Amino acid sequence: MRPIGLLTAAAMSVFTSVALAAEAKEGMPQLDFKNVLLKSQVVWLVIIFALLYVLLSRWALPKIGTVLEKRASTIEGDLNAARGAKASADAAVAELTAKTREAHAGAQAAIANAVDAAKAAAASQTAMLTARLDAQLAEAEGRINVARNAAMGALRQVAAETASVVVTRLTGVAANASAVDAAIGSALTARGLA
Amino acid sequence: MAAEAHTIDALGQFKLTTALGPLGASVNFTQSNLMMVISGLLILGLMVLGARPQAVVPGRLQALAEMAYEGIRKMCIDQIGDEGKAFFPFVFTLFMFVLIGNLLGLLPFSFTYTSHIAVTLTLALTVIVLVTVVALRIHGLHFFSYFFPPGAPVLLAPIIVPVEIISYLSRPVSLSIRLFANMVAGHVMFEVFASFILMMAASQALGSFGVIGAVGPMALNVALMGFELLVAFLQAYVFAILTCIYLHDAVHLH
Repeated sequence: MRPIGLLTAAAMSVFTSVALAAEAKEGMPQLDFKNVLLKSQVVWLVIIFALLYVLLSRWALPKIGTVLEKRASTIEGDLNAARGAKASADAAVAELTAKTREAHAGAQAAIANAVDAAKAAAASQTAMLTARLDAQLAEAEGRINVARNAAMGALRQVAAETASVVVTRLTGVAANASAVDAAIGSALTARGLA
Repeated sequence: MAAEAHTIDALGQFKLTTALGPLGASVNFTQSNLMMVISGLLILGLMVLGARPQAVVPGRLQALAEMAYEGIRKMCIDQIGDEGKAFFPFVFTLFMFVLIGNLLGLLPFSFTYTSHIAVTLTLALTVIVLVTVVALRIHGLHFFSYFFPPGAPVLLAPIIVPVEIISYLSRPVSLSIRLFANMVAGHVMFEVFASFILMMAASQALGSFGVIGAVGPMALNVALMGFELLVAFLQAYVFAILTCIYLHDAVHLH
């Protein structure tokens, strides 16, 4: 305000020195209160200003007000829509995450079940196989025992005959069958084969 | 040329004449009033045409109208408070009427109605009457406590009360003279410097140096035009914001 005040003062001094010198006979037209136009100017001013006020307040300003309100509500509506969209997107993401987790858990359970079932099947098969092998082993051992016993029975007879032949060759006399048999029996006992 | 070069008629531009031919003359319609009508039409045109597109993203005219609307509305609410909304149309009318009047006056061959003390005083008196009526309506007779601030020593009442009353009554005077003087000063300076241009250019004694020298006042007038544009806005703003401050006092008492 200060420079304006200074300039006003400067202008006023110019205006008093220059203008008043030239216009001393008339003075400022603004202060010529005898002039009827000065009064009529004020009357017309009041009419025009009042009319302008009424037209602005009743007609023109509400128009701008509506435009601004409309914009505010549009922006508010858009923001709300965006917030809604974001919320539904968040919900969808949450649902997706939950579904994924659920599917993951389901898959894990299925895998575990399958592994357990496979293990059980393998175990039962192993048990069955072992049983069959055991049975075959037992049977084979039985057969071996039978064969061995048979072989052991034959061994006594073969030894008696061989001993009789050896005695006959060496002595030229037929061997006493009972003595041979007793000797073989003691020999076998001594070797643990009887 | 030579005859008018010797006198500077700085005040002739403020002289009132009738406008609109014999019809205007018959009702004493002055050229000042014609400018008021033009500025009123410009203000209405700006607001109505600006509101017409109703665009969410405003164009230039709509942005201008909205800027004026929201700026003054904000000023009202900031200065007066929530009650300011009720006074917004009045302050808007006042601000735009003064602003467009100041700006139109800067056009060559136009007339500045704000350079007439009768006009500015009428506007200022309207403001003061409005302020007083608002204060009386809101506060009733309690309004008169405005002239004696609470907490002041009672002994000083004989001094404080007259001072407060005088300061209250001097409001319309300062409000009107501030605007009037600023406008008159600017336009007188325009006229004086413009006369200097003509005087120097037409001077017999200076010859061709005068023509070159006339560039000086010409440049001054160009600079002055920029300054006066600022003053036009500033004075309209000052007028409107002081109105708001007075209204604040009326609504809230201190």
